[in-house]
Amino acid sequence: MDLTIAAILGLDGLTNGAIYALVALALVLVFSVTRVIFIPQGEFVAFGALTLAALQLAKVPGTVWLLLLLAVAAAVLDLVQGLRERWPVARLAKRLLATLGFPLAAAGATYALAPHHPPLLVQVALTLAVVTAMGPLLYRLAYRALSSASVLTLLIVSVGVHFALTGIGLVFFGAEGYRTPAFWDARFDVGPLSLTGQTLIIFGASIALLIGMFVFFERTLAGKALRATSVNRTGARLMGISGDAAGSLSFTLAAFIGALSGLLISPSTTIYYDTGFLIGLKGFVAAVFGGLASFPMALGGAIGIGLIESFGSFWASAFKEVIVFTVILPILLWRSFVDPHHEEH
Amino acid sequence: MHRLHVSIAAAVVLFVLPFAPVPDFWITQLNYIGLFSLVVLGLVLLTGVGGLTSFGQAAFAGVGAYATGYVSVAMGLSPWLGLVVGLAITLVLALLIGLLTLRMSGHYLPLATICWCLALYYLVGNLDALGKYDGLLGLPPITLGDFSFQSERRIYLLIWGAALLAAVGITRLLDSRPGRIMRALNTNRGGGTTMPEAMGASTFRYKLVMFVVAALLASVSGWLYAHMQRSVNPSPFGIKFGIEYLFMAVLGGIATVGGAFTGAALVKLAEDQLKVWLPMIFGGSGNYEIIVFGIVLVLVLRFAPDGLWPLVSRAVSRWLPARGVRQVDERVPSLGARAHPARGAPLLDVRKIRKQFGGLVAVNDISFSIRAGDIVGLIGPNGAGKSTTFNLVSGVLPLTRGEVELLGQRVDGRGSREIARAGLSRTFQHVKLVPDMTVLENVALGCYLRTKSGTVAAMLGLDRAEERQARAEAMRQLRRIGLGEQAHELAGNLALGPQRLVEIARALASDPSLLLLDEPAAGLRHKEKEALAEVLKQLKGEGLSLLLVEHDMDFVMKLTDRIVVMEFGRYLMDGTPAEVQASPAVRAAYLGADE
Repeated sequence: MDLTIAAILGLDGLTNGAIYALVALALVLVFSVTRVIFIPQGEFVAFGALTLAALQLAKVPGTVWLLLLLAVAAAVLDLVQGLRERWPVARLAKRLLATLGFPLAAAGATYALAPHHPPLLVQVALTLAVVTAMGPLLYRLAYRALSSASVLTLLIVSVGVHFALTGIGLVFFGAEGYRTPAFWDARFDVGPLSLTGQTLIIFGASIALLIGMFVFFERTLAGKALRATSVNRTGARLMGISGDAAGSLSFTLAAFIGALSGLLISPSTTIYYDTGFLIGLKGFVAAVFGGLASFPMALGGAIGIGLIESFGSFWASAFKEVIVFTVILPILLWRSFVDPHHEEH
Repeated sequence: MHRLHVSIAAAVVLFVLPFAPVPDFWITQLNYIGLFSLVVLGLVLLTGVGGLTSFGQAAFAGVGAYATGYVSVAMGLSPWLGLVVGLAITLVLALLIGLLTLRMSGHYLPLATICWCLALYYLVGNLDALGKYDGLLGLPPITLGDFSFQSERRIYLLIWGAALLAAVGITRLLDSRPGRIMRALNTNRGGGTTMPEAMGASTFRYKLVMFVVAALLASVSGWLYAHMQRSVNPSPFGIKFGIEYLFMAVLGGIATVGGAFTGAALVKLAEDQLKVWLPMIFGGSGNYEIIVFGIVLVLVLRFAPDGLWPLVSRAVSRWLPARGVRQVDERVPSLGARAHPARGAPLLDVRKIRKQFGGLVAVNDISFSIRAGDIVGLIGPNGAGKSTTFNLVSGVLPLTRGEVELLGQRVDGRGSREIARAGLSRTFQHVKLVPDMTVLENVALGCYLRTKSGTVAAMLGLDRAEERQARAEAMRQLRRIGLGEQAHELAGNLALGPQRLVEIARALASDPSLLLLDEPAAGLRHKEKEALAEVLKQLKGEGLSLLLVEHDMDFVMKLTDRIVVMEFGRYLMDGTPAEVQASPAVRAAYLGADE
């Protein structure tokens, strides 16, 4: 291998690593706020990519129906709760509007605009809206009632949600894969490397998102509330921060980040209904590197995974996945030295 | 008629089935159910009992299947050798994964097993020697002498023989010395590592044992599967099946042996139906059943977290003979006792122990000593560092510096497990009983260090004599504290007062030279306090050495020979109850002083 190849592989690894970093970020966020090990994060990535692909073909994406399904199910739960607890009509109506409003608007707009092949930016906006709206609904449907359950129970729930979403993905998108055209097909030659516009967009978007997250957590009240919840749920609740609202917000952010990752990755990788799982798990390996708690370490881990993957596929392409998933063993070994014992609460 | 007879009758029926005119279809179904049950039984032990989980059980089954495939096809050797090789490889891999993850928080094991399951899938799918994604074909049938287990009806005997043996083994294990420790570990049911460690058990070792047993059961299932199919390929060992096994366990009842069979049967039968119906609804083809499984999994965890078996079992119980209470035979020889120091001999010497949490000095160079037969109280206002001192002495918390000498042996810096071995036993401020074990079993857990039987002995039933001794000892201790009548009740059903007494009985069951009681009267009602005081007085009369942390002044004053007073982590004074009561410094510490 000469330097040129190494540089190309390195760039490739960084590009993939940036995507895994986004996924890892969402996973750490969700875990620290809700203690949910969110296996289905990858499904958001796949849904983002597949939604954009459908919009490019001027078809109504299946995620619209999935979103409606989730919204109606959540609304039914609200209705049951409202009737059982004899809420006043106004309160019930307000709750239903909160549950249904954004999902219906996003689904409606997408349904109306899809056949007219709107400009790319509108497609991107619709995709982000549809997938992001699923985040809080999933939290509402699968996790909220179990918010005091053990990490293990929540993990098993996550696996159930992953199963259901993958199966539904198959129903709505079928078994064939899609790839979307690059957002920006410029090329820049930098020494031996040829940077594509898409690569720049991936880096740009990832960095922008990181900065955005940083500002959100450091500067905004909502961000500080999330941090407070992740440090101490009970304490935060006593300060008037609703654990449910924090959970809902973290799932919304996770869904948004997932959709964005999907948009970024879809021009360079063919996405199938079940591709998200592997992407999500690679994000997990990265997040474990940071003990599922540290954002900067998870970032480092993600870049590492990306590089290992690209170099691994050069040396032993058939065993690429084997290498990537075996890397978790040395990471765990290292963590077991770093992590002090903490089991009982 | 006993429950046991019903079980035996059911087992007999099960083994007569393949010789009866039962359609082949149902024999095949039962074969699959048996194979799945074998894997799920391991998950019951690991997840339901131990509170750990693995999504990699399918991969361990794959190891068993591929090992025998390679040994019997590529090397042309006996499938029995294949079984041994498969178990050996599984053992090594499970030990490796367990050693890496089980010292850390519980969620690292499932994440590691997901990764390992994926890695194995892609590995065998790309290895030429294992036939890549096509796998290995033409495996020979298993033979025993001239008898070949070739047909479905014959391998049925092996499959169900293995499944029932595993069920009996797990059932026996749960009701044994190692089993009680395993049941105490489940953090989902309020358990953890502190109490079992304080009873002298290495919790890491038992977590590892549970993971290894579960992996080996999966490996046996894979071996049987390979020789039933007569071929091996990667798909049944992927992560989808890894998740489905866990689904079976959760659906059936994650903590019960019966749940393993219920879950395996329900999922297998439902999957067949769903594979027919769902493609008709959705069109096309694919694994649509995972949608239903996923949603059902979430619903079960929400509405029936104990699974379906407990519901079935409750309904069926009405028609079965009542479950007999296993009587305790108290005539068996008692367990060995340790040599206790003579009254007045030095017992515990604490020299300048210190605990810092960052910049906070919680315990500041505390020293005191106890002679055999003493009842010493450790008192002080809230936040004085009494419980921390306790945790330092008993090894639950590591100390920053200082020395602790127990019976002439330096124990500072050792873990609570070794300190328990040296002759100290303790109770906990927040009661740490296993709620779904009987009072008697909880107390028998305290006999851990006085008994020896290991996991294999328990599964084979070789521990029965020792078990009788442990139960008899537990009963003796329960009578000693006046709870003999409640021996067979579930510990979780007792009120706080009796629960604290059970904790004392458990500590006594370890035959300690020194007993540490951490706020034994906290949260008790007046009557309960009186009962507790009676018990402690009686123990004092029997010459037991006690160190107790307590808030209730009245309680401490009446009971103790000597009192050590702490304030803000520092030593304030020590003396007889009368001296302490007379001390202005103590009064100032408790009530504040005019300055």
